[in-house]
Amino acid sequence: MGRYVLSRCRQVVPVLFGVTLITFLLIHVGLGDPVRAMMGQRSDPEIAARIRTEYGLDKPLWNQYTLYMGKLLVGDLGYSYRQRRPVSRVLAERLPATVRLAFAAMVVALLVGGIAGTIAAVRHNTLWDLLIMTLSLLGISTPVFWLGMMLILLFGVWLGWFPISGYGDGGFTHLVLPALTLGALQAGYIARMTRSALLEVLRQEYVQTARAKGLRERVVILKHALRNAILPVLTLAGIGLAELLAGAPLTEMVFAWPGLGRLLVSALGNRDIPVVLGATLLFALIYLGANFLVDLAYAAIDPRVELTKR
Amino acid sequence: MTAWRQWHLGILLGSVLLAFFGLIGLLAPLLAPHDPYQIPEGLQAFSLLSPRPDYWLGTDLLGRDLLSRILYGARVSLLVGVLVELVVTPVGATIGLFAGYFGGRMDAILMRITDAVMAFPALVLAIALTAVLERPGLLSVIIVLTAVRWTTVARLVRGQVLSLREAEHIAATVVLGAGRGRIIFRHLLPNCLAPILVAMTFGVASNILSEAGLGFLGLGVQPPTVSWGSLLAEGAVYLTVKPWLCIFPGLAITCTVLGFHVLGDGLRDILDPRLRS
Repeated sequence: MGRYVLSRCRQVVPVLFGVTLITFLLIHVGLGDPVRAMMGQRSDPEIAARIRTEYGLDKPLWNQYTLYMGKLLVGDLGYSYRQRRPVSRVLAERLPATVRLAFAAMVVALLVGGIAGTIAAVRHNTLWDLLIMTLSLLGISTPVFWLGMMLILLFGVWLGWFPISGYGDGGFTHLVLPALTLGALQAGYIARMTRSALLEVLRQEYVQTARAKGLRERVVILKHALRNAILPVLTLAGIGLAELLAGAPLTEMVFAWPGLGRLLVSALGNRDIPVVLGATLLFALIYLGANFLVDLAYAAIDPRVELTKR
Repeated sequence: MTAWRQWHLGILLGSVLLAFFGLIGLLAPLLAPHDPYQIPEGLQAFSLLSPRPDYWLGTDLLGRDLLSRILYGARVSLLVGVLVELVVTPVGATIGLFAGYFGGRMDAILMRITDAVMAFPALVLAIALTAVLERPGLLSVIIVLTAVRWTTVARLVRGQVLSLREAEHIAATVVLGAGRGRIIFRHLLPNCLAPILVAMTFGVASNILSEAGLGFLGLGVQPPTVSWGSLLAEGAVYLTVKPWLCIFPGLAITCTVLGFHVLGDGLRDILDPRLRS
């Protein structure tokens, strides 16, 4: 396992390098002249030159990149123009809300998608199967923010069951509609994957053997089939986290959820580029980290993975 | 019902949905009952009308017919979806072909670049790129989506080429003295076309959703041009009082994306020999 972790680390390092390089280049293109961006059009040339020297902006690009990396390593993402505070502090305040929403959405997706996919596979070629597959197809075809609006309309405005926006005091009721919205897309994918993986496993000989032994169908499905069908679902859930993060700006805007996504969009509106790029980098790092963890979990569950990927 | 019939049903259903939305976009000037951009005289009498016989889907704040705006919006949304896919497919396929065929250092470099771009959630990177491009609009949407979408095809084609490279018929063409270009474009590429076609179908669906997302955030096409995403952004303000302004554009997006997904599923089932057996 240790060697496998090391080999995965070796693969992640160049990607991390690429991610920081892209963000660095975006900062340079995005800001144009950062000194002018900081000081405005009427900047005193002498002061501007002093700032350039102080921040290393007069150095070659590769040199600036190493400076940028040095700052990144100590968590320095620059200064927010709008909020006049370090970007890392602004992001740290918003991160918990996004993580909470993404986690809740993933729970919704795994529960709804997993159960629906299992029912569809067990009731293969029945009306249940058709209904669940149609719903899952609708789930992956609906724009996430539109679904959010429709849920607000139905459960917030017409039925009045849940609050329609905001974080409240961080309670459960405010989380329900955003989590359902963000989780619906992934629930659709997971239902489809669970169904096809389970159908594949149900055709295997060991499942027939379990049935021939006289085990109850519930035991065959839950103990024998589902456990072996879960690996591709787990992979999909890992990839799905990226989709959840991608959907976060839209969902957070619809529900006025105070997370990273909403911060990203409002910073874009304010032209607060350091915050935009800091948030973008953070999204990428979370995604890379999640995928890394999924890979490790994958290897822990299935020993064959460790052997073939080494 | 046999499996083959089910697949054909998917393709038929998807094609019908897409033909419908493609046609309404194409024939929008003929089909639209009102001018989608014209603000009527006596604005107050026409502002935010509920659906009624002369305005089937109601009107927006400026008294413009929502149905006509949805018909015109189809043009932009479908154009972005298809055009971006037509650009990213050759770019991604070429990168995938070269990485898969040459392997070694070229593969490592190209795939690390792909991985780095893929590490950003697509919409998040699209938002950051829009910030850099400064002026949102149709062109910036196409540029931004192209910049983030090529990776899927590149990965897919590379995977195909890696398995095809060792196939006997490719080895035979090498033995017969075929050049690299001939092997790549005459022998490897045609064998990748089926999965590329399926990926394109799903890709157009993703592009339409992304365009709608960018439009909703105000980063898509700018007024007076309309897209389904920008219509949703306009309608969101009146969600609780005039919900149809959101319901109908959202339905149009969902049905179109559904059409592409159903078609893609059907094509995959037909073109993938493992599923066919």
